[in-house]
Amino acid sequence: MRRSRNTVLSVISAGVFLAILYMLNLNRAGNGMLISIMQKSAIFALVAVSMNLLNGFTGLFSLGQAGFMSIGAYTTAILLIPVQSLDGVYYMNGINPGIRALKVFLSALPPWFQSVYPFVALIIGALFAAVIASIVGVAVLRLKSDYLAIATLGLSEIIRALFSSPQLDGITNGSYGLNKIPAFPKMFGGLVPPIITPFIVSAVCITLIVLLIRSSYGRAFMAIREDEIAAEAMGISLFKHKSMSFIISSFFSALAGGMLAMYMRSIEAKTFSITLTYDILLIVVIGGIGSVTGSVLGAFLVTASKEWWLRFFDQPLELFGWDVPLFRTGFRMVIFSILLMMVVLIYRRGLMGTNEFSWDRIFGRFKWKRKKVQGGGS
Amino acid sequence: MSITTILQHSLTGISLGGAYGLIAIGYTLVYGILRLINFAHGDIFMMAGYFMIFSLASFPWPIAIVVTLLITVLMGIAIERVAYKPLRSSPRMSIMISAIGVSYLLQNLATYLFTAIPRGYPEIPLLKRIFRVGELSASLVTLLTPVLTIVLVVLLMILVNKTKTGMAMRAASKDFETAKLMGININRVITVTFAIGSLLAGIGSILYFTDRMSVTPFSGTLPGLKCFVAAVFGGIGNIPGAVIGGFFIGIVETLLVALGYSTFSDAFTFVLLIVMLLVKPTGLFGEKTMEKV
Repeated sequence: MRRSRNTVLSVISAGVFLAILYMLNLNRAGNGMLISIMQKSAIFALVAVSMNLLNGFTGLFSLGQAGFMSIGAYTTAILLIPVQSLDGVYYMNGINPGIRALKVFLSALPPWFQSVYPFVALIIGALFAAVIASIVGVAVLRLKSDYLAIATLGLSEIIRALFSSPQLDGITNGSYGLNKIPAFPKMFGGLVPPIITPFIVSAVCITLIVLLIRSSYGRAFMAIREDEIAAEAMGISLFKHKSMSFIISSFFSALAGGMLAMYMRSIEAKTFSITLTYDILLIVVIGGIGSVTGSVLGAFLVTASKEWWLRFFDQPLELFGWDVPLFRTGFRMVIFSILLMMVVLIYRRGLMGTNEFSWDRIFGRFKWKRKKVQGGGS
Repeated sequence: MSITTILQHSLTGISLGGAYGLIAIGYTLVYGILRLINFAHGDIFMMAGYFMIFSLASFPWPIAIVVTLLITVLMGIAIERVAYKPLRSSPRMSIMISAIGVSYLLQNLATYLFTAIPRGYPEIPLLKRIFRVGELSASLVTLLTPVLTIVLVVLLMILVNKTKTGMAMRAASKDFETAKLMGININRVITVTFAIGSLLAGIGSILYFTDRMSVTPFSGTLPGLKCFVAAVFGGIGNIPGAVIGGFFIGIVETLLVALGYSTFSDAFTFVLLIVMLLVKPTGLFGEKTMEKV
């Protein structure tokens, strides 16, 4: 009874969300900013959840997200830039002939392939990152806590340096970056308009991660988080599960990176600096380390307030003829950092702590309040 | 490449390495006691750069240096009090996130206060005086940096090994809990540690930025991480090790830039870190000397 009620509520709220998106789609010009903020939130939600899988559920403090995102972004971008724009993009150094030949070959394939090609490109980028993660993981995952953090941070910097190096000019266009990346494609032959695609992809990926967390593998991850030695004693292979978590997290980070490339339409190595990882960490911490719904909620809240609600902090403000001091460019980010510090120091659990969003909890809260009122009355 | 060029680059490298060494000491001291990578240390170094710009605008240089160092030390202590002290008994991950948060805050604060446009670092004429030996030429700061670094390290070693405060620091880094039981005022020890670390970061910042000429809110991030690598390379907790690591990274980096691999000079540091952690996690001098401050 309660279960079916919860399912119905979840389906209804997902439906309402989709309906809102379709309504926004009808008036794209008027809601441009809202749509773009929500798309960015959806992409960041996926990265945050994948970071949470590693940091919150497996207890491996990794700061390499930006690096894996850049692998996904670059791979997807290189695969997707239209053949006729190649010369314009690689105007400085020319493109590697092998890649051009591959792209010319791919562009000659039949239309059904072209319609799924963007998704294939996303998955290829993600797989590429997963392969790199599996190789690097062998070395890096032997490290513990803070050493792991600094090593993965270093790894992401190494990847960034490689992508912007002149030796790879023909592939990554070095420090010039890539542009003319096509925007999001439509799905299911136009049933899902382009602007809703990132939401669908993110939702599918996050669902997959949730399924993984709920499986026996997920339980093993959490056992490792709680106590490595005890987990090993229970017969959980530490290395196998750690590298699995690392590879899967990198896979989805890279997929989100690919979507970010489609969202931004142009990328450069600088986009994927340490600051990007910190931004995602901020989302995870505010949402609650170890809560998937917290990360999703955090992604939407943080992105919306950063790009929209708190914008006014950056504008000079005049109240009743009095120039309010402090309000100028950059103040918003200061407020943000102070909020983050407050969450870290005072409200340590973040929005959700390690709990997940559930209808039972919401109804439970109502009941609890009602009971309290009754108790007071008698 | 002629021998003169090589010597010239080595000189630059040694000078850069000296500044790195001074910053690395801050990491190694804090890690030795709190087991915390103080991600904010690089940003303290950056802020010291800005303090110097502003204090030099209003004071003559000897006073400006003192003022800068004083403010930097106070900032280091304040950060410890506000951001790390309340989390002393929490898991290590929370303290590390707090450190990242402070680093984020300092960068954003600097962007807000001083804008992201690079600001010219003022020149102290005395430090910029050029000396020539044969075909080699070097400014005083290039020559002064390694000497000053070594002098400071010797002083610090004396402090750590011969004084009561130093003994307390060594005890705290050996065993935090027991040191507390033995009546050591652990909070005072940590304050002293942060004060020393920030002081050295301030001195390092003056030496580093005099050669680089400009400061941006993000110019602390990479040097900070590199200096942490230097500390790991030399064996974390080991003061001379950190300085040797700093010199090593400074020299190799300068040579890589000289050879035309400037994009890889940052990557090299991290490759070094990963290789070092896998081959000898205790660092070059980690095991040999058991003292861990």
